[in-house]
Amino acid sequence: MTAHTNQNTRAGMDRRDFVKGAGLTFGFALGSGLVGRGVQALAADSSTLNAWVTIGTDGSITLLCPTAEMGQGVLTALPLILAEELDADWSKVKADFAPNIPPLYGNPHPFFNGAQVTAGSTSVSGYFHTLRVAGAQARRILIDNVAEQWKVPAAELTTADGFVIHAKSKRRISYGDVAKFATVPKEPPKITSADLKQPSQFKLIGRAEIGRVDVPLKVNGSAKYGIDAMVPGMVYATLLEAPAEGAKAVVANADDVGKLPGIFAVIPLPFGVAVVGASVEATQAARNALKVTWDMSESPAKDFDSDKAMEEYARLGADRKAPARVAYKVGEVWDVLPGTKMVEASYSTQFCYHAQMEPMNAIASIAEDGKSAEIWTGSQFGGLIAFIVSGILKTTPDKILVHQYYLGGGFGRRIAPDIGIQAVILSSIVKKPVKLLLTRPDDLAAARPRPMSYHVLKAGLDGNNDILGWYHRLVAENVSALAAPPSYEGSGGDDLIGWRGLDQACYDIPHALAEGVRANHGMRVWPWRGIGAGYNKFAAEAFLDEVAAAAGKDPLALRLELTKYNARANAVIKAAAEMSEYSKKRPDHGMGIAFSDYHGTYTAGVAEVSVDRQSGKITVHNYWIAVDPGIVLQPNQAQAQLESAVVIGLSAALLEELAFKDGAAQASNFNDYPVLRMADIPPIHTKIVATNNPPTGIGEVGVPAVAPAIANAVAQLTGQRLRNMPMTPERVKKALS
Amino acid sequence: MTTVSFTVNGAAVTVDAGPDTPLLWVVREHLKLTGTKFGCGAGLCGACTVHIDGKAVRSCQTQLSDVADKKVTTIEGLSNNSSHPLQKAWIAEQVPQCGYCQSGQIMQAAALLAKSKSPTRDQIVQHMNGNICRCGTYPRIVRAIERAAREG
Repeated sequence: MTAHTNQNTRAGMDRRDFVKGAGLTFGFALGSGLVGRGVQALAADSSTLNAWVTIGTDGSITLLCPTAEMGQGVLTALPLILAEELDADWSKVKADFAPNIPPLYGNPHPFFNGAQVTAGSTSVSGYFHTLRVAGAQARRILIDNVAEQWKVPAAELTTADGFVIHAKSKRRISYGDVAKFATVPKEPPKITSADLKQPSQFKLIGRAEIGRVDVPLKVNGSAKYGIDAMVPGMVYATLLEAPAEGAKAVVANADDVGKLPGIFAVIPLPFGVAVVGASVEATQAARNALKVTWDMSESPAKDFDSDKAMEEYARLGADRKAPARVAYKVGEVWDVLPGTKMVEASYSTQFCYHAQMEPMNAIASIAEDGKSAEIWTGSQFGGLIAFIVSGILKTTPDKILVHQYYLGGGFGRRIAPDIGIQAVILSSIVKKPVKLLLTRPDDLAAARPRPMSYHVLKAGLDGNNDILGWYHRLVAENVSALAAPPSYEGSGGDDLIGWRGLDQACYDIPHALAEGVRANHGMRVWPWRGIGAGYNKFAAEAFLDEVAAAAGKDPLALRLELTKYNARANAVIKAAAEMSEYSKKRPDHGMGIAFSDYHGTYTAGVAEVSVDRQSGKITVHNYWIAVDPGIVLQPNQAQAQLESAVVIGLSAALLEELAFKDGAAQASNFNDYPVLRMADIPPIHTKIVATNNPPTGIGEVGVPAVAPAIANAVAQLTGQRLRNMPMTPERVKKALS
Repeated sequence: MTTVSFTVNGAAVTVDAGPDTPLLWVVREHLKLTGTKFGCGAGLCGACTVHIDGKAVRSCQTQLSDVADKKVTTIEGLSNNSSHPLQKAWIAEQVPQCGYCQSGQIMQAAALLAKSKSPTRDQIVQHMNGNICRCGTYPRIVRAIERAAREG
């Protein structure tokens, strides 16, 4: 198998060229209504529309991936699902990105309402059934064509490894040879769940040795990222990014900077000061020479200061009259809490920056009439860029072609369309293709951080020291309001992104209430790997250990008891405890456990830590994680995702903090926004407790349990609770003093 | 502007650019060798690591004038057909995720193996600690370097 490489700027993405080649394409509608409508709408100007599968007469099989490849492995995993039901020869498969056509390629996952977006660990879970059906339909078409050609009943034909086989007559024919005579029916064959393979029949899914198609390109520099795109006639641009929405640039030396060698223009814009020039080095040097002050008077974030804001968050957390929206509710917690033994605590977390290694960038080129545009970038949500740009250019989204490249890290940041829009605006001003590339300091100034958060928790124990009631109030800016306006508005103000992890659906607690109070200072909060679960589970799972202590229960025993009616949750907790020998005492080391469910994937993590009481530094010596994500497509890659999530979880837990002052981020590069490096990574032990349930996602699920497991381990070791994240040496020292 | 001659991946090149132009942009934009990546522009992340006369350096902190008559090797010139033991080990261990930092990681690691055939784990970590991988592939990077050292 191979992956496309975007070797030139147009390669790989032009469907029209693509489908002209010899071979068989399957232009049929899939099961869902949305998809069917898409085919009808598009069929008018496209007689050979390809949905997912193309078989060349040379035997090559091209399978499409509708979502972005940012390291999570979808460019392999999604074609693998198609290939499985198609019975394709994996060595002949070429994986390629699907274009942005949401009616055809949108994610069927209920979160997204058909949007073609890469988010929430939902590529596999959202597309799993759709792609199986598509693969099975393509296979059926091959069989039907051979049946007709050979005049044998279709029921006598089988398939294996890229061949249609008629055992009775000992004949077989390769898919490539079938493509030479096959026709595609107008109506796609009906496929029901009964036509799909049983997991025991899988030949490709679950095989650990199948590598990722993009890995070979990523060891020799040939994988093409957005930053590597080049188009003829393009000029370069960079942006001194505005520190906040509504900040206005006052440029003291625009004329001088405009005269620097290789600089064509200095352009103050609502989102920053653009420098356009002949080269990256010229624009970056000019950007560094700019003398700019920011008029923040009209910015909603103008007075935002992390420390002061946290005081306000705490007040909102304590104020029962503050407007709160219900995030999760069972029973009547306020009715039962008064009669119980109450445990109470508050927790807080700080803003985190995505720190994706590839700074934000995009090329935009607008047609002469201004009614269409092309954009070259790596995006988690190219369709959103196209939609917004079509509004700017007063045209329709289908006139905006977004060329998808590999993403040099996403983690949520590249859901945001900002860079594509900025490039389009610049291109419309200079009337040329513009390659816009941010410097690292500007990538930080334009951060779309994970929100700062404050948590008020209460739990009530009954006479048996069982948890009768649970209350969790989150105070934070609303992520969905910015990142998912339709969801925010449709629900009347809920934050399904930022509230993730507030529920206690896996725990047997009879009365529970979780609610969100919105702080609103115009901060550009955004999804960050693990979304709300990253901070909500820190508070909830660390607090649960406080409750266990008050109840006189072992943290592991309590979690097993709380999940006694949820076999899958219970099993991962047991697995993590067993693999880590959680209950075995280690001299001078503490052990902490935490559980998390994220979009239906069950995980439990155990951290082994020590603390240097002089410096306050926490050392994590081992981290164990057990996971049940349902069916696992690629076990080795699933483990890689868990390792990756644990590393970023450790980084956020121990050191990441993007402070804001006067509305501006107080960091400019990796010196003042450090992320975890190799020396601080403990051995990470993963265990996949696979079940034959539908896959539920793997990319983010390892993040949430890390921070509470560490806090719980420190508490076991020192008796002191760490309630503020990140658990920096300074905070640890304060807690221990 | 100045004219500087040097060798890139075994081929003689002459580049006209400002003498203070970072080697990173010379390689990426002037010579179109885009495997070397831009991460921080300040020598803090290692994504731009290349070799100059066999030593791993940060190309964002190296000026064009610094490489006159020197031998520069980028990821594209590390081997033919990804045949360097590290590249083979990187594939065997399925190291890359987003992959963006991996050219720099491999070039950094190659300089280590060139001077030390069997580095200890501590030596590996010490040598690699300046290279950030935000995807957290660190455990696999260590495993791949150990594999490359073992399998040559």
